[in-house]
Amino acid sequence: MEPMIDIKTSVNGTTVSARVPARQTLVDFLRYHLELTGSHVGCEHGSCGACTIRLDGDIVRGCLVLAAQADGTEVETIEGLSDSGELADLQATFRTRNALQCGYCTPGMLLTAQALLADNPAPSRNEIREYLSGNYCRCTGYQAIVDAIESVATARRGVTS
Amino acid sequence: MSDSPQHGHLHAILDRPNSYIGRSVPRPNVRRLLQGRGSYVDDIRLPRMVHVAFVRSPYAHARINGIDTDATLKIPGVVAVVAGAELAEYCTPWVGVLSHLAGLKSQPQHAIAIEKACWQGEAVAAVVAETRAQAEDGVDAVLVQWTELPIVADMETALDDQTPVIHPDLGDNLAWQRTFEAGDVDAAFAAGTVVEEEFSFGRHTGVTVEPRAILSSYEPAEGRLTVHHSCQAPHMMQNIFATHLGLEEHDVRVICGDVGGSYGIKVHTYADEMATAALSVMLRRPVKFIADRLESFLTDIHARDHRVKGRMAIADDGKILGVEIDDLTGIGPYSVYPRTSGIEANQIVNLTGAQYTCGNYRAKTAVVFQNKVPMCQYRAVGHPIATAVTEGLVDAAAAAIGMDPIDVRRRNLIPDDAYPCTAATGLSFEGLSHHRALARLVELMDYDGLRAEQTRLREQGIYRGIGVATFIELTNPSAMFYGVGGARISAQDGCTLRLDAKGNVICTTGVTEQGQGAEAVMAQVTATAVGVQIDKVRIITGDTDVVPYGGGTWASRAAGIGGEAAAQAGKALRENILKVAGIILQAEPGTLDIRDGRVVDMTDGNDRIGLDEVGRIAYYRADTLPKDFQSELVATRHYVPKLYPFAFTNGVQASWLEVDIETGFVTLLKHWAVEDCGTVINPQLVDEQIRGGVVQGIGGALFEHCLYDDQGQLLNGSMMDYLTPMAAEMPDIEVAHVVTPTKDSELGAKGAGEAGTAGAPAAVLNAINDALMPLDVRLNIHPATPERILAALGTIDGL
Amino acid sequence: MSLLAPAVIAVRISWEKRRNRGDVFVKPAPFNYVKPSSVGDALSILGEHPDAVVLAGGQSLLPMLNMRLVAPSHVVDITGLPALNEISVADGWLRLGALLRHCDLAASQTVAEAAPLLQEAACHIGHPAIRNRGTIGGSLALADPAAELPACLLAIGGRIEIQGLDGKRVVEAATFFTGTFETVLKQGEILRAVEVPVLAAEYRSVFDELARRHGDYALAGLAALGRINNGNVRDLRLAFFAAGDKPALAVTAAQFLEGKTLSEANIDEAVTLIGDDIHPIGQPGCGEQTKLHHCGVLAKRALSRMAA
Repeated sequence: MEPMIDIKTSVNGTTVSARVPARQTLVDFLRYHLELTGSHVGCEHGSCGACTIRLDGDIVRGCLVLAAQADGTEVETIEGLSDSGELADLQATFRTRNALQCGYCTPGMLLTAQALLADNPAPSRNEIREYLSGNYCRCTGYQAIVDAIESVATARRGVTS
Repeated sequence: MSDSPQHGHLHAILDRPNSYIGRSVPRPNVRRLLQGRGSYVDDIRLPRMVHVAFVRSPYAHARINGIDTDATLKIPGVVAVVAGAELAEYCTPWVGVLSHLAGLKSQPQHAIAIEKACWQGEAVAAVVAETRAQAEDGVDAVLVQWTELPIVADMETALDDQTPVIHPDLGDNLAWQRTFEAGDVDAAFAAGTVVEEEFSFGRHTGVTVEPRAILSSYEPAEGRLTVHHSCQAPHMMQNIFATHLGLEEHDVRVICGDVGGSYGIKVHTYADEMATAALSVMLRRPVKFIADRLESFLTDIHARDHRVKGRMAIADDGKILGVEIDDLTGIGPYSVYPRTSGIEANQIVNLTGAQYTCGNYRAKTAVVFQNKVPMCQYRAVGHPIATAVTEGLVDAAAAAIGMDPIDVRRRNLIPDDAYPCTAATGLSFEGLSHHRALARLVELMDYDGLRAEQTRLREQGIYRGIGVATFIELTNPSAMFYGVGGARISAQDGCTLRLDAKGNVICTTGVTEQGQGAEAVMAQVTATAVGVQIDKVRIITGDTDVVPYGGGTWASRAAGIGGEAAAQAGKALRENILKVAGIILQAEPGTLDIRDGRVVDMTDGNDRIGLDEVGRIAYYRADTLPKDFQSELVATRHYVPKLYPFAFTNGVQASWLEVDIETGFVTLLKHWAVEDCGTVINPQLVDEQIRGGVVQGIGGALFEHCLYDDQGQLLNGSMMDYLTPMAAEMPDIEVAHVVTPTKDSELGAKGAGEAGTAGAPAAVLNAINDALMPLDVRLNIHPATPERILAALGTIDGL
Repeated sequence: MSLLAPAVIAVRISWEKRRNRGDVFVKPAPFNYVKPSSVGDALSILGEHPDAVVLAGGQSLLPMLNMRLVAPSHVVDITGLPALNEISVADGWLRLGALLRHCDLAASQTVAEAAPLLQEAACHIGHPAIRNRGTIGGSLALADPAAELPACLLAIGGRIEIQGLDGKRVVEAATFFTGTFETVLKQGEILRAVEVPVLAAEYRSVFDELARRHGDYALAGLAALGRINNGNVRDLRLAFFAAGDKPALAVTAAQFLEGKTLSEANIDEAVTLIGDDIHPIGQPGCGEQTKLHHCGVLAKRALSRMAA
């Protein structure tokens, strides 16, 4: 029997108690144990950003955090941030601007975009591109994503462009 | 066309009122994806599902002497360990050849290698366990005894006498070769200034963010196989699973749900996937295989590993007199099934120089086996190479005679009024717009302004360059692409439209969605053709149990072929609905139309009855309809291009960049693409396909390279080491359109999915060479890394 | 000796050197996870299990675990240890706790004033999600030759506080890094804190690196520090990274410039001397000659900036 560990964590506002393999990563815990499949796995070595989730308010790579390390923390995923409405304007603008195609990188992109705008409410296009530089997209070529984020940033600041 | 003369014009798809054709409507079905509520294969769970991981060869070529699985079977969670010979009882081998590539030969390939492994990463055993982690524990404990065999890792020497032959049964390492000649090439080269360049294109790969994924489930009582597969062509895979697992085709169901990117990577037959399906039959429980990123680099098909020697002869007045190429490509140890690994080379022979009037052309290609990852079709198959060679030679030729590169192109591109015509390479062109597109590009990018800026900055020691690339792009293929060679790949496609009892239209189609917007296109065409609002249309794709027999999505066929089937089905359904409505309203169907879900008078739009009411009566109140009438609120139509083997599109791209000659780093400042893909159904989706394609092409031009050592070992098979384009280095891309519809369909839509990738590498390399022209330096190596640029500049020793 | 040396050199440089070149693991081998709440507890667990590894931010360790480049019996999570993420200034030294995250280093006003070089470097480490977890202690203990912070420490002349079962010791940056992923850290020791001297106001620092993509490991990098007085430079430190098996100072070039003006001619001459001390190791796609050349370009640009 491989080593297991008991964890207690808040996921999207709900307290979860679970016994998980010590070696299980947080993104695998979310996907397999909680069946929250919105956070995606693309590389499992921290390079693609598809597994981006929020841990105690900070974006992190879900593949580079052990589920065990989530004990006592607050985890937020794309599902929770969708249902709370926090990402609503980003999601709506991504849709109208077609800032997603296959959708696989999209949850990671949305969480990263939200972190960017929290950090820097008026980013330049270059700043947007740099902040997204750890999120791999193969479909869009990035421009539509930059357009969408720039547009949301402007709208949130109440600026009429 | 309609047989009702005075109202015929409103039956044609492009004349429909309240049309969605040409509108940038948001795609249906993306809200789910935005909320992380998609359904990719790894999101699916089935009862008693197990996972497979593979023991893979560490050697590029090695005989398997024995596989010891004793320790593995004791590992907690491990359910089975299966090697090649045992699995061969469940899955027959395949050979990737097609008869129209005469002479193409390849060795049979098994689901799991039996006698020897022929590339580093080839699977030699499968470990099935309750979790992927446990399967990996099992793999870790398998002991394989190997005898290393000599390795073929250099395509230049693959055919030398002293090079070992990978498959002795085949006699040599030559998979295929082809020569082609038109006109009088030798006379042409004797007559003009000749430029000669050698181009090399680095092997690279697709790196889909969602890796390859399959979940196969076998129900033994009825002998039914259900496969959830992240792939582009469900009907093709249905046939392949049935054929090689010994099942009836109608007992195999392939379901392609959400696919996290494909670009051709997921349209091929992979041994790992066949093994997974075979294991599900053997074990009688669902088996899931998700290629992890490391094994993706070692098993996803690679592409574009070519060395091309090119020559061009040009007269003093700028007329291109002759073109000659000598292409060499090193594929893997097998030609991939069923599309073959000869197609990329064949395309290069067919496409080089084909946009120009020059009639003197000679080409030869040799496709050789290597002990490296198998190579096959990847987005824009062959076009990036043919375009880079052609357009690189044109720029070199222009420089040699001191003519502006745009002027040389104007002098030589096939005139816009010369169509239909045949290219020197034998391709049939219905109608292209090279000149209009080029003029649009020059205006869009302010070419003269950029030239002035370039000159000014050169005086300050800043080296910026402009690179232009014209190209043609193959789309909407007929059966001449694969079917003619014996492949069970459908070039035709079908669409069934059904009106339900509430006035909604359910559409099932044989084309598939991987994010490019096939569903949106189908919805827009359907809504327009029938006459409903788009939110009343539901699109169903990707399930072989449900949709009409079709080809899936590849070679940019979804809009042109799938869309046309929908247009015709929509027309037919509308007629059927109006027959019912006519009876209900006691009116001639020809006097009625459907607009925004309402049956109206054709002439004045006067509202007569809703489609929901028509549906209610047809489905629940047949007692109120005449006894000699049967309502058919469903219509199926199929479509295949017939006038031309392919619907060629044309485009032109430009890159504006800066080369830091001290570091060799290239900064991309801006990119432009003017594209003619015929009727544009959704402008935003087309533009985004072009942008995504351009960035993918930039990847090959500057960043992406599967690096091998002389032992056939992949040196950079992770996302830290293999460089894909990321946001901070990519330019904004401006897109414009010219429209030359095809007459092969009512919609007139050609394809647009691959054009971005076809032209981008040529534009970027031409821009680098343009930037370095004052330093008398040219390079034709893809990717043009800083090290290679420094070597070309002489800053470091040549490589 | 690196805690991770018995396994394989990390993913990034030695993809081709992993144990078995057919290995494509992405799930770790089983291990025990412990999270001690005191340094003493941590040290005794490490003492009991010689093949245990220390987990801090995990941004370098997790990929190695996932790929089975390391397969320890125990993973000891030290993020619960109190007071290991401090930032404080005392007696002319800036003290940074080992668990200080890169994002906090990058955002700290104290660091901006006391050691701007460190802050500039922190912004180059990976991407935001990586910086939210990765720690300075982890970066220094791992000693990736392409990492930014080890070179900065070398340039500034910092010192590293190590704690073991037999007590504390302090090692100068110049002797801490011994090779590719190798430091003087012994099995069973924990890197506890880093201290850097707060330099006088005349010191100017420049940080630069050449990377193919924003956030990538550098192809070549430079942490440069020098005291500028009346246009002359003194006490110049040119610490190169991603250009050898460990960060290294171009001492010959620095000595040449000692007391001289940073004129174009002097800079050009100094650049020719970099190769005396900097011996890059090539990687696929970027050979040693290219790296050395890149180091020269970085030096020229940094020194020009310092002079400005």
